[in-house]
Amino acid sequence: MSILSPADYIRQTAKRRIMVFDGGYGTAIQSYKLEEADYRGNLDLAMDQKGNNDLLSITQPDIVKDVHRAYLDAGADIIETNSFSATKISMADYGCEHLVRELNISSAKLAREAADDAQAADGIRRLVAGAIGPTNKTLSLSPDVNDPGYREIDFDYLKNVYREQCDALIEGGVDFLLIETIFDTLNAKCAAMAAKEAADASGRDVPIMISMTITDMAGRNLSGHTVEGFWNAIRHVKPLTIGLNCSFGADLLRPFLTELSKNADALIMAYPNAGLPNDLGEYDELPEQTADLIKHWTEEGLVNIVGGCCGTTPAHIAAIAKAVKDAVPRDIPTVPVLTRLSGLEPFVMSA
Amino acid sequence: MIKNQGSSFVNVGERTNVTGSARFKKLILNDDYEAAIEVARQQVENGAQIIDVNMDEGLLDAQHAMTTFLKLMAAEPDIARVPVMIDSSKWSVIEAGLKCVSGKPIVNSISMKEGEAEFIKYAQLCMAYGAAVVVMAFDEVGQADTKERKVEICQRAYKLLINIGFPPEDIIFDPNVFAVATGIEEHDNYGVDFIEAAKEITATCPHVHISGGLSNLSFSFRGNEPVRRAMHSIFLYHAIPAGMDMAIVNAGQLDVYDTIDPKLREACEDVILNRSPKDGGNATENLIALAETYRGKDAKAEKEAAEWRSLDVVKRLEYALVKGIDAHIIEDTEEARLLKARPIEVIEGPLMDGMNVVGDLFGSGKMFLPQVVKSARVMKKAVGHLLPYIEAAKEEGAKGKGKIIMATVKGDVHDIGKNIVGVVLQCNGFEVIDLGVMVPWMDIIKAAKDHDADIIGLSGLITPSLDEMVTVAEEMERAGMVMPLLIGGATTSKTHTALRIEPAYSGPTIYVLDASRAVGVVSTLVSDTLAEKYIADTRADYEEVRIARAGKTAKKLTALADARANKFSVDMARKPAAPSKPGLHVYDDWDLNDLRQYIDWTPFFRSWELAGTYPTILNDEVVGESASDLFKDAQKMLDTIIAEKWLTAKGVAGLWRARSEGDDIYIAPDNEEICIPMLRQQVNKRTGKANMCLADFIDTSDDWIGGFAVTAGHGIDEHVARFEADKDDYNSILLKALADRLAEAFAEAMHRHIRTDLWGYADDEALDNKALIQEQYQGIRPAPGYPACPDHSIKPALFDLLNAQENTGISLTSSFAMLPTAAVSGFYFAHPQAEYFGVARIDDDQVADYAARRGVTLDKAKQWLRPNLND
Repeated sequence: MSILSPADYIRQTAKRRIMVFDGGYGTAIQSYKLEEADYRGNLDLAMDQKGNNDLLSITQPDIVKDVHRAYLDAGADIIETNSFSATKISMADYGCEHLVRELNISSAKLAREAADDAQAADGIRRLVAGAIGPTNKTLSLSPDVNDPGYREIDFDYLKNVYREQCDALIEGGVDFLLIETIFDTLNAKCAAMAAKEAADASGRDVPIMISMTITDMAGRNLSGHTVEGFWNAIRHVKPLTIGLNCSFGADLLRPFLTELSKNADALIMAYPNAGLPNDLGEYDELPEQTADLIKHWTEEGLVNIVGGCCGTTPAHIAAIAKAVKDAVPRDIPTVPVLTRLSGLEPFVMSA
Repeated sequence: MIKNQGSSFVNVGERTNVTGSARFKKLILNDDYEAAIEVARQQVENGAQIIDVNMDEGLLDAQHAMTTFLKLMAAEPDIARVPVMIDSSKWSVIEAGLKCVSGKPIVNSISMKEGEAEFIKYAQLCMAYGAAVVVMAFDEVGQADTKERKVEICQRAYKLLINIGFPPEDIIFDPNVFAVATGIEEHDNYGVDFIEAAKEITATCPHVHISGGLSNLSFSFRGNEPVRRAMHSIFLYHAIPAGMDMAIVNAGQLDVYDTIDPKLREACEDVILNRSPKDGGNATENLIALAETYRGKDAKAEKEAAEWRSLDVVKRLEYALVKGIDAHIIEDTEEARLLKARPIEVIEGPLMDGMNVVGDLFGSGKMFLPQVVKSARVMKKAVGHLLPYIEAAKEEGAKGKGKIIMATVKGDVHDIGKNIVGVVLQCNGFEVIDLGVMVPWMDIIKAAKDHDADIIGLSGLITPSLDEMVTVAEEMERAGMVMPLLIGGATTSKTHTALRIEPAYSGPTIYVLDASRAVGVVSTLVSDTLAEKYIADTRADYEEVRIARAGKTAKKLTALADARANKFSVDMARKPAAPSKPGLHVYDDWDLNDLRQYIDWTPFFRSWELAGTYPTILNDEVVGESASDLFKDAQKMLDTIIAEKWLTAKGVAGLWRARSEGDDIYIAPDNEEICIPMLRQQVNKRTGKANMCLADFIDTSDDWIGGFAVTAGHGIDEHVARFEADKDDYNSILLKALADRLAEAFAEAMHRHIRTDLWGYADDEALDNKALIQEQYQGIRPAPGYPACPDHSIKPALFDLLNAQENTGISLTSSFAMLPTAAVSGFYFAHPQAEYFGVARIDDDQVADYAARRGVTLDKAKQWLRPNLND
């Protein structure tokens, strides 16, 4: 029997059942109450490293693996690597630019090992998505209100930054590249181009997963794109999955997910926050509440793969996995062949 | 525009093209990108669905111009909402453009001019960047002119593209629109060639589109706009049914086929369709002859005449109201008055009609508060002009839709929100009697009776006002009133209204979330048909809130003793050294120019109900325009405030010895100690999270604390009065909002002064304003009445320590609100681990303990701590 490629495995499995993605890493890591010295390990670094979660893949690999394991035990089919900020741009905040390659390779290996262990234990196939965050720079917006044409970075520079991360994640053994928490559509297009080029260069088929984040209740991301406008701008990448993450809780995300689900001829993967943060910036939506809201999604046939983002824990993922166990997955719609352009908003030319 | 154009026809705006528009070229060559961007905006406003951008001009660095323009366009949400067509004959320019466009654009164009290999290379790049593409009917031999060449080249290109997996729907063929009526016989059939080729290409290449640049067609009639427009319209009339579904065209300049002068129409048709004229002669010569009679009949004069000043007076009034322009309102109102039998008719007629338009636009989210307030200013000025005539004629005032009494309750001085609600209601035809601030319940009830009011609206910002509102409700009940009571303001809530206020009053009691809801609620309440149901629904709704509350046992909280045991452990080895300049420091007149740089603008926009973060709010898709206008006005007023010294900033800061004992902080300005009791969080914490209390940040001995009170409100009354006398709510509210911002900026500036000089524990701090707003500095400055120390009633003790009334002229009301309103006070905690938190819910055990520590009765303590009680 030949083993299905990761993408084919997901496509086939997602036809039968709702698949489960993992949950937030920030909350999980916080619970270890790490001090600066724990982050730093024995590395010789000039700046304060507290909060540099990606660094833990080198300095505290056991903790990172524990978190992966907790999510796998909770029922996640797919986990993501601890590499959200492992780019030259984001690592500059910690003076760790020189560690980018190592961070990504280690992150990928840790997730790979954890996934393989879990798979060996119960025979259920587990997959690894290399997490690629948006960086903290934007190609579409000027940081200077008096100079709207100014940009801090340009496309070629950002593409190189992403490329470095993608190459290392692939080298570390990820199955997919997940471009997530997309607040700037042009950043995402740039990341997708880098990911494709990295996959081509590696000679492996490394499908791309794309996940946008909505920053206002009008349903737009920070660069101003509506969900459908965003999909039109990115669908040339032919991603394995398209979806939404972070933003709000599952309840507030639903209308935008509906819009995407209707228009996108790809698998939908969505992983919301555990509600909205309270006054103290903490998430207090309980696992059952999140799971219940996500179950509503499945009843409307909106999703194929679900998980959690900020504030979610292995308990949330376990509750979600339980709630969607017998749910019917979404059918990928056949969309008519039409010219789908976009500015900030979609523009569809009729045939 | 065009008859039979069908819904599928796409207009591509052509004015942002240096090869097609002399004006645009001049703007770009002169580096006037601001004006150039306006050209793009006009295109979208005129109906362009896609914007074509072309910078191919010998004198330009086309790549630089292209990327500059595209980035600037991206900053304009009302332009950036449509897709871009990146138009250049140079691939390097196109690719540079693709790297700046965030949506899915169209590349215009690629062709087989340089052979198939180049063509495929560029097509693959278009796929990689995610762009649709215009393919010119151009091959190694040259541009296709005849139908056969056009069809053959497009079919070949189609096959090549399909072979590399190019999505067929993303292919747009441009089979070349060429000039006709040139006098050269070979050109006569170009129109027909294009139309027939379009038919054939769309029939044989599934999913593709056909586009073309129309201006070429009428090249022979340069300078004769009426003829060119007629030719373009007629060409489209015939080409669209043949499959042309896109054109690069000046969307504002097409005529309706049916309205074109039949003589001109027929002459154009003869030329485009290469027909022999019915009445003999040569089609081209006929059109050239006829064209002369149209020359100069430009639409320009017509357009100027359409400027709003030349509208009739009713329309002018409406325009002025909607746009908030008060420059001509008195003369227009006067003109309208002379036309009417009675001056009141001007109000009841055109002015109310105009305000109804404003109300509708606001209600449907197409206008925002700052604009509405400007509209109201225009309305008030118009009414102000008419009033003397109405009174002279001894007429009844305009019968409004209803009368509303509005007041900020006793003890509270905040009125920006209340004033905004008042203005919005007035805009919608309600009569508002505004009693101002600190209004005792007696005055509210008396005014309601005297004016025979329909509704009372109460406002308040600080927490003690919640109790005062309950008092007003109780007194209204006692007075046997039945009119609706509306509740609004920052600390009010539906829950509080349902739990505390409604039970006290048997008339309808309704919580109103913000100004935008006020009109709907008030209109419903004065409606004969809707009020009853709405009131019943609201009652039921509030009853549910109460039931839900009653059913819910109070939240389980941590016992006070346990919370204390879980105090925040602070490393006292890291506490800052003693201040370099202890004691009191008084500042009589802090430089407003200095304060300006510390302003945090985000809350300023929030006070106008514009949601978003500065500076991105200025480019917000929805409220950006409104926010930018408001910001401009604010900057202008700030210039004047500073230049003419409208306001004086007075402040005091003090640094004293202190120690903590349990949850109390003892402050020793001299030999005597003053006890300031603090509150501790009792919400259940996850392991590792402390139950915070401000006292934790102070050592049990030998430590220091600071305090401050600052205001930027001295001098404001005179100017507010002036604006109000001028019926200018807009500037009145603007000034108050700015004074609030300056006071907050003063608090920020004073805090920095404390850190870097007076206390001096961070004398090497180098933070910009953004970093300050994000609180990246060491230490905190919690204010009494806010989450970390929610009890407003400790303000008098702070004021005593600071001798604040004498040193700054700030006084406290009975509810501990500060006057002038634009004022901030608080404590300084300097420890590096000090952080902001919210005390949130506290349990009965702490309330009793606190009452004992404060030396007040339990009831008093409960009154002060009402919002934090666990019930």
